[in-house]
Amino acid sequence: MLIIGERINASRKSIADAISSRNAAFIRNEAKIQAAAGADYIDANAGTFVGEEAKHLQWVIETIQEAVDLPLSIDSPDPAVIKAMIPLVKKTPMINSITLEASRLEGILPLVAEHKAKVIGLCQSGDSIADTAEAKVKMAGQLVKKVEASGVPLDHLYIDPLVYPLATDDRSALATLDAIETIMKEFPGVHTTCGLTNVSYGLPNRKLVNRAFLVAAIGRGLDSVILDPTDKQLFGALKAALTIAGKDEFCMQYIAGFREGRLE
Amino acid sequence: MPEITTLKEELQQAIIKGKRDAVEPLVRKLLFDGLNPEAIMNDVMIPAMDVVGDQYSRNEIFLPEMMIAARAMNIGLDILRPMLTAQGALGKGKVVIGSVKGDIHDVGKNIVSMVLQGAGYEVIDLGIDVAPEKFIEAIHQHQPKFVLMSALITLTMSMMDETIWTFKKAGVREKVKIGVGGAPLTQKFADQIGADFYGKDARAAVIKCNTLI
Repeated sequence: MLIIGERINASRKSIADAISSRNAAFIRNEAKIQAAAGADYIDANAGTFVGEEAKHLQWVIETIQEAVDLPLSIDSPDPAVIKAMIPLVKKTPMINSITLEASRLEGILPLVAEHKAKVIGLCQSGDSIADTAEAKVKMAGQLVKKVEASGVPLDHLYIDPLVYPLATDDRSALATLDAIETIMKEFPGVHTTCGLTNVSYGLPNRKLVNRAFLVAAIGRGLDSVILDPTDKQLFGALKAALTIAGKDEFCMQYIAGFREGRLE
Repeated sequence: MPEITTLKEELQQAIIKGKRDAVEPLVRKLLFDGLNPEAIMNDVMIPAMDVVGDQYSRNEIFLPEMMIAARAMNIGLDILRPMLTAQGALGKGKVVIGSVKGDIHDVGKNIVSMVLQGAGYEVIDLGIDVAPEKFIEAIHQHQPKFVLMSALITLTMSMMDETIWTFKKAGVREKVKIGVGGAPLTQKFADQIGADFYGKDARAAVIKCNTLI
């Protein structure tokens, strides 16, 4: 299970403030606590700074790397920004993300191939979203084709089928779960990943819904996730779900998580 | 035979609680008892949706509870719509709505759309990724009072500016009131791009439209 720590995202006010005031200690701490909690990649996002994204993201990336050794997930839709960031990272990064939009495919996939990076592919095209399992799987198939054609091994592709709010479509989570299962079966070697927070938009006690969704998704084969690893209840649910899914030999990861006080 | 006032009260409660199956028979009973469609909409159904909107904005109910109420409301409207159209009394006027070009998010826009319909507006939903030219076409075709634009990501906020600018070039800017909304937006941004109003959520959009009719 590959865990991408999502906390350093400029859509969170505290992060945006830290970026604009160049509060390096704050960002370093955000990186450290995620690394300590078990993140495999640290996501770096400065997307709310329109027109100045590259300048701010560069600072964020350099600051994170002062604090932790983990590889980064470079989070931007803009090929030019990604291209400018790649030379700055010390470890082979993950690119977050491509869609089926031609400009992003053409601008980003060659960079992914050249640097042997991993890449997140969203089931989304330039002019439509996929809200059924069938539509998600169809777009996943198109992503697989494009990625293979660019010379990137499928093992480097993390397909995010996307999940929409249950509050406005009570079948939305089911569509994503069905898609995860089918994608993992139909495209051997490919990975699936997902952000969790969208699913609970508009509902009370959102974290409970996020956790339940994560557990269900792991049961269907999800093998990567974008989340806040410092959330002990969420992390506990993650570890327990992996153990239940038969992905934890002799339950050692679960026990280790418990001993380290990281499960709740 | 229950009193008309009781039926009205029952219909209001059915909408507020989102009881879809109860709405149709109640509307039909009220029509049968001689209440005119306009009165059913204006005096019973719209006030019910106002209650729901208020509850939502006070965080007393959750989004799905507002959605299910709007769905119940729309079932009632579907029955009344042909009669209201025939009377030329269809509610408060037309609204053209869409997510701006480059933006394919539609959750928020759909909520605003449903709630506006519930509030008595005729909503023409252009969907997602709507180019300025498509908005202009819709203005010519439907002659709406309002054009509402949605953008969920900062990247597409600037497209709102461009859309309004294209309206000006095409000479249609003054024909409509323009409202904007979406998570990254602010009143300040709405002022900067020359929109007529900003709505922070669906409820706010309805209130602003109501005051500008």
